[in-house]
Parts: sequence; C-alpha cells; structure tokens
Amino acid sequence: MHGQSTYQPQNKVLQWFEKRLPIGGLVHSSFVAYPTPRNLNYWWTFGGILSFMLGVQIVTGIVLAMHYTPHVDMAFNSVEAIMRDVNYGWLLRYLHANGAAMFFFAVYVHMFRGIYYGSYKEPREVLWILGVIIYLLMMATGFMGYVLVWGQMSFWAATVITNLFSAIPGVGETIVTWLWGGYAVGNPTLNRFYSLHYLLPFVIAGVVVLHVWALHVAGQNNPTGIEPKSDKDTVPFTPYATVKDAFFIGCFCILFAWFVFYIPNYLGHPDNYIPANPAVTPAEIVPEWYYLPFYAILRSIPNKLLGVIALFSSILILAFLPWLDTSKVRSARYRPLFKQFFWLWVIAAVGLGYLGSKPPEGVYVILSRIFTVYYFAFFLVVLPLLGIFEKTKPLPNSISESVLAKAKA
Amino acid sequence: MSSAEHSRRDFLYIATGAVGAVGAAAALVPLVAQMNPDASTIAAGAPVDIDLAPIADGQIVKVFWRSKPIYIFHRAKHDIELAQNVDWQTLPDPAPDSERVKPGHEQWLVVIGICTHLGCIPIAHEGSYDGWFCPCHGSQYDSAGRIRQGPAPKNLYLPPYKFVSDTKIQIG
Repeated sequence: MHGQSTYQPQNKVLQWFEKRLPIGGLVHSSFVAYPTPRNLNYWWTFGGILSFMLGVQIVTGIVLAMHYTPHVDMAFNSVEAIMRDVNYGWLLRYLHANGAAMFFFAVYVHMFRGIYYGSYKEPREVLWILGVIIYLLMMATGFMGYVLVWGQMSFWAATVITNLFSAIPGVGETIVTWLWGGYAVGNPTLNRFYSLHYLLPFVIAGVVVLHVWALHVAGQNNPTGIEPKSDKDTVPFTPYATVKDAFFIGCFCILFAWFVFYIPNYLGHPDNYIPANPAVTPAEIVPEWYYLPFYAILRSIPNKLLGVIALFSSILILAFLPWLDTSKVRSARYRPLFKQFFWLWVIAAVGLGYLGSKPPEGVYVILSRIFTVYYFAFFLVVLPLLGIFEKTKPLPNSISESVLAKAKA
Repeated sequence: MSSAEHSRRDFLYIATGAVGAVGAAAALVPLVAQMNPDASTIAAGAPVDIDLAPIADGQIVKVFWRSKPIYIFHRAKHDIELAQNVDWQTLPDPAPDSERVKPGHEQWLVVIGICTHLGCIPIAHEGSYDGWFCPCHGSQYDSAGRIRQGPAPKNLYLPPYKFVSDTKIQIG
C-alpha cells in the first residue's frame, strides 16, 4: 500500500507540484485507489460519519465562539443572545448541541462494530487504542462544552465531575483546587474550560489522522474477519466506499436534522435553561445521555474511591481488549457463543444508560449492580475464557467466496 | 454495458452532484450570515433624538449614533459667514455651504466626526479654518466640515438626519 503510487497527474502544473509535495499521490492512494474489502456492510460507514461530524462540530463551534462570552456574568446571556439575536444563531447552537449527541451516537455504533467484528485484534491493536484515546478526548470535550452554557446542570456537572478527583488519596484536594483555579467552580474554571474546549477538537483531529494512518497500514477489517487474499477480494475506495459513505452520511443527516428542527431540546435537560446558581443544587443532577452508563457504574459502588476507580476502569478496560480476547477468530459471525455474550453486553451497556437517568434507589441500584458486574465480567472473564473453550464456525476461504456464497443462497 | 446504462449512471452522478452543490451552498448561507450585525446591534442602531436647546451659540458637541461620533455645531453668525464667503468651487471637495446644512437651519451643522483620510476623530475648534484639525496626518476642515488642507480626500460625511422641531433633530 505504500511506495509506488499509481497517481500520475496529466496536468503539467500538477506534475510540478506533485514532485515537490506529493499530496495528490497521498490522497489518491489513501482514498481513491485504496483497496477496500468488497463485503463491507453499512456498519463500516460510521468512520466516515464520525469524520463528517467532527467537521460539523468544529465549524459550528468556531462560528459560535464568535458570539460567546466565557465569563460567569455573561456566559448564559451570550448563549441566549446567540439563540435570539445572532443571524441563524438558533440553528448554529442546535446543530452544535445535537451534533455532539449525534457524534456520540455514531462513536458508540463505531465501537460496537469494532467489538462485534473483532476489529481490535492483531494487527489492529494500536488502531483500537488510538480509538480509545479519541473517545476519551471526546468525553472531555463534550463535558467542557456542556459547562460553557453555564446553566444549573452545567455548573453542577462541573462541580461533581471535578470533585471526582478528590477521591484520590492525599493529593486529591490539591488537584481539584488546581483544576478549579479557586475554592469552587467559578470564573477561572469557566475560562480554562473554554480554552481547552476550543483546543481539544484539534487534538482529536490529529489523533484521527494517526487512527486513519494505522488503519491504512493494516487495511480495513471486514464482516468475515479474514484478510483479503487477492485483488478479487477488494474494490477501489473511490467510487465504492466513497459513495456508500456519502449515502449513509445523508441518511444520518436526516436523523440529525430531525432532532435539530423538530425536537432540539429533547436530549437536553430543562434545568440547563436556569442560570447557574452556586447556592442551590437541583433535585436531580444528570449528565447528558452519552455519559449515563458510566454514571450508573459510578453510583452502583457504595465506596467513593472504588466508585471513581470503577468509572475510569470501565472506559480504560477497552484499551486492553486486544489482549483480553484470546480467540483467534475475529468476527462474531463465526463465534456463536461470543455473539450471544456480546448482545448481552450491549443490553447491559444500554441498560446502564437507562439506569443512569433514574434516581439511585431501590430496584434501580440492584439492577445497576448486576449490569455493572456483567459489564466487567464480559471483559475480564468471558472473553479470555471464550478464546479457549468456544467452538467457532468454519471460516470461508476468502472474502469473495463468502460474498458469492451469500449471493447463491 | 449498453450506452443507456452508461447515461443512467452519468445522470445519477450529475444529479447527485448538483443536489450536493445546492446543499453545500445552502449550508454556507448561515455560516456567512451569522457574521452580519445581529438583531440587538441593529436595534441599538435605531434613530436617536438629540435636543439642541442646551447647545450654546458657537458650541460643538459630540454624540454617538451606530457607534460613529457625530459632531453638532451650533454655528454663530461669524462661523456661517466664513463658511459662505469662500469660492467653494476651488475647494479640494467642492460643495457650497447650502448643501452642508438643512434649509432654514443654517446655524446647525451635523457631520460625522470621522476624518475621511484614515478614520481618526478630528479635534473641534482647532485648525486655521474655524473648524476641525485631525492630529493623525494634519487634515483641516472648515466651519462647514469641508476639507481645506491635508491628505483627506473628502468633506466630513453628513449622517441622515431631520429636524423634528426647531430644537430637536433625529439622527438616523
């Protein structure tokens, strides 16, 4: 895939430029001629969707930044001024807020695809870990962006999340004071969150470049989990994958537009339309839906420090997935037991999300604990053992063979 | 592949490209429009009423409209004479005094206080022409706000204004 480029520009000017900076050849070999497995299904379009959404968030974010004021006395009002006075301000704000939700929805589909089809396995371990890093950066960025609104939920989410670090024995309080820049969440906190919220998306973009590079070294995984063996197994990225991605981005945008234009506040919390009041905590503090599973895990452990450790572990454990899963077979298509445990795990993850939105009492706590145990057991017990004991289905000889067999059936 | 299928694919490509181009242009509209003045800025730029009664004979006051400084000069008889008794056609930006004021209100000169050279605010009651002197590059304006000397190309601009009564004007 590296080395000889098949890109030969006809135009003399382009030839001149290509000799000095071969970007045309790079784009050509990465996104035009790039051999793509011919059996990719629509679950593989979410990488393209995520790139598109990162672009949407950066563009809408930069124009919103032209009108936002990151000072505690003016932040909330500046957001309202965007909604009411700025030309198309309401649209830009709703695109950015709902865009974040769509971004996370797409990243969860993308991650579930990776787990189901074994895309994290050798030789794609670094690709997977880069993905975990991107996910962590997204969570930080999303959290800080939500704080900027400076509503009641913004303020109290900032207080709760920064207070997580006080669980660290010894240096915890010092770290929290350092994060706050004061004795509580206040103006210094808001200002630095603004700076970092503007910065991190570009860091994400950089890690995405590494992510795509790592992907191109190994090549795409595919639904069979077996590597392409010949040219018959692949098609050029353009026009096949390009058009398929573009089509599904369009479908994704329909869902996105549905939220933006018809139910733009559905995923938000009404309490965030109340200006932040440091003296009054709302009756229920709930993070945005994309953090709810981890919120449920945090609350299901009755010990402060252990709860925080469980919270961070539940994300960091993903980085170890390539080594926890001992199976030599990649795709769940040929792993009947793994498939069932996987879907149970999805139910647990989504269930934890639902439970995170409920008050931490009664049956909700019991269920959260059961789901939390299964969440960790899936990674620490099920996956290592399945590799040893699972009887996998026979793999097809090649990708094109599996495609033709399906067509005949 | 028959040529009919060729052209069907071509048609689909062209149609998709055209719709995509329209979509891209439409997406650009709000991104560009949001930089235009917003509703609160436009509202703050509404016409403003100025009471002329407190302005003494020969006094120049400065007010703001749409963030621009506006000089209001209550010209004394001497100032009006100086402005009228000059061969206006020889001036760098020729204009008779009558075009600089409203008929029946020759004692009131209302000009935008921005030097037409590079935008500084000229200083009132300064310079050799009974008008303004711009400290940035030395332009001098007379008692009708006309450029007399210096690098400025044009006379001080007149804002839109009208007399609501003899002692009140509305600028804007």
